[in-house]
Amino acid sequence: MTDSFSWSPNCPIPVTADTQRISLAHGEGARLSRRLIAEHILPRFSTSKNRGFADAARVTTVGCRLAICTDSHTVSPMFFPGGNLGSLAVFGTVNDLAVAGACPRWLTLSLIIEEGLPLVVLEQILDSVAAAAGACHVEIIAGDTKVVPRGAADGLFINTSGVGELVDPVPPGPHSIKVGDKLLVSGPIGQHGIAVMSARDSFAFEWATKSDSCSVIPHVTALRNSVGGHLRAIRDATRGGVSAVLHEWAQECGHTFALTESQIPVTEDVRGACELLGLDPLYVANEGTIVVAIDPRFAEAAATALRQVPGCELAAIVGEVQPQGISPVTIRRTFAAPQPLDEPSGAPLPRIC
Amino acid sequence: MKFLHEFRDPALAITLLDQIKHTARRTWVLMEVCGGQTHSLLRHGIDVELQGIVELIHGPGCPVCVTETSAIDLAQRLALRPGIQLMSFGDMLRVPGSCGSLLTARAAGANVMTVYSPLDAVRYAQSHPDQQIVFFAVGFETTAPATALAVLQARNLGLQNFSVLVSHVRVQPAMEALMQEPHHRVQGFLAAGHVCTITGFDVYKDFAKRFRVPIVVTGFEPVDLLQGILACVTQLESGRSEVQNCYGRSVEQFGNPAALRVVEAVYEIADRTWRGLGVIPAGGYRLREGFAEFDAHQRFDLSRPQPADHADDSLRCRAGDILTGRLTPCDCPEFGNACTPDSPLGAPMVSSEGACAAYFRYHRRSVL
Repeated sequence: MTDSFSWSPNCPIPVTADTQRISLAHGEGARLSRRLIAEHILPRFSTSKNRGFADAARVTTVGCRLAICTDSHTVSPMFFPGGNLGSLAVFGTVNDLAVAGACPRWLTLSLIIEEGLPLVVLEQILDSVAAAAGACHVEIIAGDTKVVPRGAADGLFINTSGVGELVDPVPPGPHSIKVGDKLLVSGPIGQHGIAVMSARDSFAFEWATKSDSCSVIPHVTALRNSVGGHLRAIRDATRGGVSAVLHEWAQECGHTFALTESQIPVTEDVRGACELLGLDPLYVANEGTIVVAIDPRFAEAAATALRQVPGCELAAIVGEVQPQGISPVTIRRTFAAPQPLDEPSGAPLPRIC
Repeated sequence: MKFLHEFRDPALAITLLDQIKHTARRTWVLMEVCGGQTHSLLRHGIDVELQGIVELIHGPGCPVCVTETSAIDLAQRLALRPGIQLMSFGDMLRVPGSCGSLLTARAAGANVMTVYSPLDAVRYAQSHPDQQIVFFAVGFETTAPATALAVLQARNLGLQNFSVLVSHVRVQPAMEALMQEPHHRVQGFLAAGHVCTITGFDVYKDFAKRFRVPIVVTGFEPVDLLQGILACVTQLESGRSEVQNCYGRSVEQFGNPAALRVVEAVYEIADRTWRGLGVIPAGGYRLREGFAEFDAHQRFDLSRPQPADHADDSLRCRAGDILTGRLTPCDCPEFGNACTPDSPLGAPMVSSEGACAAYFRYHRRSVL
């Protein structure tokens, strides 16, 4: 290539992009863009081998109902104990489909890359995307890449959209929740939020907590196979934690969700970190833990089924649905009297002392 | 978890509750000094369980609530200057100054970052020599030693790009100011356990004698709080006014000598304006002359607060009445109406230690 430029001394200096970092040229649609996609992105997704550079992926379904969702992902730092932005971007969308009662089939992958991102970081993230997609048996069938100037993004943003096939019996949703229904969580809460916080530079703590980031397809499948027709609603308790989910449900069904603190599974590490930082685990994010509302007669069976799923050994019944009371969500702590559990207000900030 | 489950044991809590009920022959008015205690009392419903037996009024010990508006305004102005990275505790970021909070300033382009410890800010300054790092130092005796240590570390490292905006306050002068108010209702104090971890409890001996008021050093878990209340009520019923330590697993008579040494080395005691309370003599710390190079005021030639900076204080937010226990948050006309955690009129509605935030979170019987 060098020879081909040498004939003209007046020619502008050729673009010799730093191959170790993403530059704006990688997003300008020319050779570098094509090479980025052809050499670094497509080979990681074996299912896309035969699809090439077409404008749209074509899929075939046979007479089934579909669920569609989209989610944009950003996390700082991009790597945290138990996962990274890539796995998070796959599990996040897969989990949204799964809790809606769908079997996730296809994902799209959109990358918004900040100029200067080391290529090796992008590759690590993409490897995680591929591994997570493989673990969930979903195909990544379309994608897009944009590069924005330094400062216009925080390293890398990933949007994934997902399509899944609904599998009967589909949980009807929060409007179907009735007084007397039981509430379950699939495992110890608050692990993702604490893991991410511990990975931030500004905290000189080292906790052993790993994010719970994972696919909840096995959780939902176990529930469907054991108590399928008796589920009211399932939700993954991401931002805002379990409290945010219950507040949303309370608004939809008009009942009060009454929790009992002593029944809520929390690991010692998360408990300790929350005590230190002045946070309540009920408000801290999860990325692989679900909240379930179910007909009370089948709650024990549901808990038993969940406990067979690896990672869900501590699944528990944590509360019940009551007629509208003092607050949309209440909790019994030390004494018998229920206390209101407030709706989360923005991201939890650590206290002073 | 050690030191947690046993202090949240419902059976023990109920036993203590019964003991308090049997001991009290009239309703006593106690002030818990620290906002952390306020939140814990309300979170566990202890105030409700003790209705008619002990009235708990909530003291001024919320570090962000008492940080004066002009200090927040100053911090905002600094954070908007190019090349400056302002750092503070997470709780401080939502507290409104004259025009918005540090969070809203950040949205408008200010460089504001959360740290858990001022020592993290020093570490950051070391690795970012091209930026000026200013630590906005707020809080009581609990956080003052860490700031002092950060200043000493910065000096030892020869850092030219680290300074502090000191707004530290001292709790005992505020308690004295409260007791000097003609119509105060405080009959006993639950002293702030974490502050006493630093200062020790010996410092309250004269205070208890002078004002004839029992002072019981109290922790933060339900069993801690109930033990503190029981001790205070027992003293009151027998006409005693002594200093008593009910937080023995953390507090010693003379406190933490290492922490007190760095505090003494770095700060001198100064009068300080408390938000909502006005100037409290000897109510704060400022850097000693020898540490002037680490004083953000000096480094950036900051003007002292303008009178206009105080304009918003107490106009609609009655923080002063709340912080002195003259007003219960629920009785404030703005509570839950114009003033909520999402759009606070004043600091007590913001922080995880503010009394209004505690009432909003645990006592608001909200409608669906």
